[in-house]
Amino acid sequence: MSEPIAPPGKKNPQRRTDVPQTPPQQRSRAALGLAAAAAEGRFMLQVCGDCGAVQYPPRDACSRCLSINLQWQDVSPGGRLVAETRVRATTDLYFRKQMPVRVGTVKLDVGPSVICHVHGDVGDGADVRMAIKLDRAGQGVMMALPVKETPFMEDDPRLREMSCTPRHRRVLVTDARNPNAPAIVSALAAAGAEKIFVGLSEDWRPNRHNDDIMAVPGVEMLPLDVTDSKSVEELAAELGGKTDILVNNARYVRPGGLMARNDTVFAQNEMDVNYLGLMRLAQAFGPAMCARTADGTNAAVAWVNILSAYAISNSPDYGCFSASNAAALSLSQNMRADFRTSGLRVLNVFVGPTDDDWHQELPPPKVPANTLARSLVQGLVDGLEDVYCGDVAKDMIERFRASPKIQEREMTGFRS
Amino acid sequence: MTLLENLAKALAGGSIEIVDLTHTLDPDFPVIVLPPEFGQCARFRMEEVSHYDHRGPAWKWHNISMSEHTGTHFDAPSHWVSGRDVANGSVDEIPAGNLMAPAVVIDCSAGAAANDDFELTRDVLAEWEDVHGRIPEGCWVLMRTDWSHRSGAAYLNMRDDGPHSPGPTPDAIRFLVDERNILGFGTETIGTDAGQGSHYTPPYPAHYYLHGAGKYGLQCLCNLDRLPATGAMLVTPPLKIRNGTGSPLRVLALKET
Ligand SMILES: [Zn+2]
Repeated sequence: MSEPIAPPGKKNPQRRTDVPQTPPQQRSRAALGLAAAAAEGRFMLQVCGDCGAVQYPPRDACSRCLSINLQWQDVSPGGRLVAETRVRATTDLYFRKQMPVRVGTVKLDVGPSVICHVHGDVGDGADVRMAIKLDRAGQGVMMALPVKETPFMEDDPRLREMSCTPRHRRVLVTDARNPNAPAIVSALAAAGAEKIFVGLSEDWRPNRHNDDIMAVPGVEMLPLDVTDSKSVEELAAELGGKTDILVNNARYVRPGGLMARNDTVFAQNEMDVNYLGLMRLAQAFGPAMCARTADGTNAAVAWVNILSAYAISNSPDYGCFSASNAAALSLSQNMRADFRTSGLRVLNVFVGPTDDDWHQELPPPKVPANTLARSLVQGLVDGLEDVYCGDVAKDMIERFRASPKIQEREMTGFRS
Repeated sequence: MTLLENLAKALAGGSIEIVDLTHTLDPDFPVIVLPPEFGQCARFRMEEVSHYDHRGPAWKWHNISMSEHTGTHFDAPSHWVSGRDVANGSVDEIPAGNLMAPAVVIDCSAGAAANDDFELTRDVLAEWEDVHGRIPEGCWVLMRTDWSHRSGAAYLNMRDDGPHSPGPTPDAIRFLVDERNILGFGTETIGTDAGQGSHYTPPYPAHYYLHGAGKYGLQCLCNLDRLPATGAMLVTPPLKIRNGTGSPLRVLALKET
C-alpha cells in the first residue's frame, strides 16, 4: 500500500510559496503523440503499418523496416518491471523538489522496453499496468502501475503529481443554479475534496438546488455571477489563493438554431455565460491559481470546463448554443497555452445533451448529472485534459477524427 | 423677483428640498423575473474600459449595459401592447412638458406591512380623497408601500407561485385613468403592477390601462416616505432613446419644507 497523504493543514504564512516549476518541456513532434494519448488516458503507441512493429520511443520511421507509415494505436498496457533505481539528485529545478524519484525499465508485452516512472507499490520484477500520464509540463510520460488497485494507491507521490485529484483539495464550483451542481459537489466530496466553494448568482431569487448542495459536507456558498466582472473579481480576490481546482459549470442554454430566432438576445446570454463568463473567470482566477501550482499537498492543479459536445461540430437544433461552446472550446486552448508554464491543467469535459429542462424535447440518450459528475471527477483523478462523457460526446469526437467535413455534412444534412 | 429666481432662492435657502427617489444602479439590484423561456430583463452591468492605466493613462471609464426596464425606471406607453399605437408613445417622443409634474402620495405602508399582496383598491383611493381632496388631473400618483426598505430576496419576494408584492387593482387603475386623468402611476416595487398582477383580468392591469391611455409608469422608487401626501413636484426625464419603451432615470422630487 501507499502511505496515505496527511491533510495539508494550514499554510505557514512565514514561508515563501514554492515557485511553480515544470518538468522539461521539449519533445519531438512525434513524441507529442504521447501527450495526445495521455490527454484522454489512453495507452497508445506508434505501430508500423507495413511490418506491424510497435515503436518506442516515438519516431518518424519504423525501427525495424524504416517505413514512415507509423500510426498511433491503442495497444496492450501490460508489461514487466525488469530493472529499477531511485534517482536522488538532479540539477533539474522541477525534479529537485520531487526527489527521490523511482524509475525503472519495463519490458512491454507488445515489444519495446521503456524507461519510466514506477509506482511505489510495484514490486521488483512484478507485472505492471502501464499508463501514459500527463506530467506538469503537459507532456505524456510513461508510468508503471500495479496491475491491481492497492490501498491509497493514488497517494503515491509520483502518481499524485501526475493527477489532479480533488483529494485534500479546495474546489470552486461556479454555478449553484445549474441542475448538475448537487451531483458535482457530491462527487467532489466523495473524492475527498477538503472544501467545496459553490458560487451562487442573484441571491435575491430562490435557487431550488440550494438545499441539496448545502447537505453535502464541506460546502460553502458564496456570491458569484460569471456575467458580472466585478462579482468574479471580488470572489477571486477572496478565494483565488485557495482555489486548487476550479470547476466551471456555469452554462446558459436555450434550444434553437440561427433561423429559429430572429434576435440576438438569447445568443448574447449564451456568449455572456458560456464564453465571456469563462474569460472573466480565467482572467480573475488564472493568475492566482498559476502562482500556486507548487504549493505542497493542496497546490492548485486544474481548471475544469464543461463543454457541449456540439462545440466540436454544430448541432443545428441548438445551433446558437453550439456556437457559444465552440468559442469556449477555442478559449480553453488559449488557456492551455497561457497556463502551460505553470503546469495548471485545463480539463475539458465534453458532454452531449444533458437530462434537464432545456433538453426536454430531445429523445434519449441524455446524460444524467450523476454520470457527468462521475466522469468529471474521474478525469481529475486520472489527470486528463479531455473527457468525452456519454455516447453522444464519444460519437461526436470519433466522427470528427474520422472526417470533420463528413461529420459537418451529417450534422447539417437533414433535420429530424 | 421672477418665479425662477424665487425657486432658486428657495432651493438655496432650503425652503424647497430635493428628494432623490432613485435606487443606485447596481448589478445586484433585483429585476423582474419572467418564465425562463421568455427573454429576460438584462441586469445592470459595468465593464471597465480603462482605469488611469495602459488602456487609457489619464482617464477612467466604463461600458454599461442594462435593459430599458432595469433599476429605477420609466415605462413609456409603447412598453405595453395596449399602448403600441398611442401617439408619442416612446420615450424619445414624450413632450418635455410632461417630464415635470406634481405628485400625490397614497400611503399604503401599513397595509403592505401586514400583507405582501396588499391591493390598492378604489376604496383606498376614495378614503384618500376624503382626507386630501380630489386627485388632480395631470399628476403622478405614487403608491407608497415602504417596499423600498426591503432588499435582496425580500424585495422580489419570489415564491413557487410567483412574486408577492403590493399593487393596484384593475378598478383602481381604471378610476385613476378614466376619472382622474392622471399623468402616470409610480411604485416602490419592481413593477407598477402587483407581484401577482398576472392573475387579474386583464393581466397586469396597471400596465394595460395606463399605457393604453398614454399614461406613464415609474417603478423601483424609494424615499416616498419623505414626500407629503400632496404638494410635491417630480422631475422624471427618461433617456431620449429612439423608439425606447422605457429608461432608467434619476427621479427627483421637490418638496416644500
Ligand atoms: Zn516496419
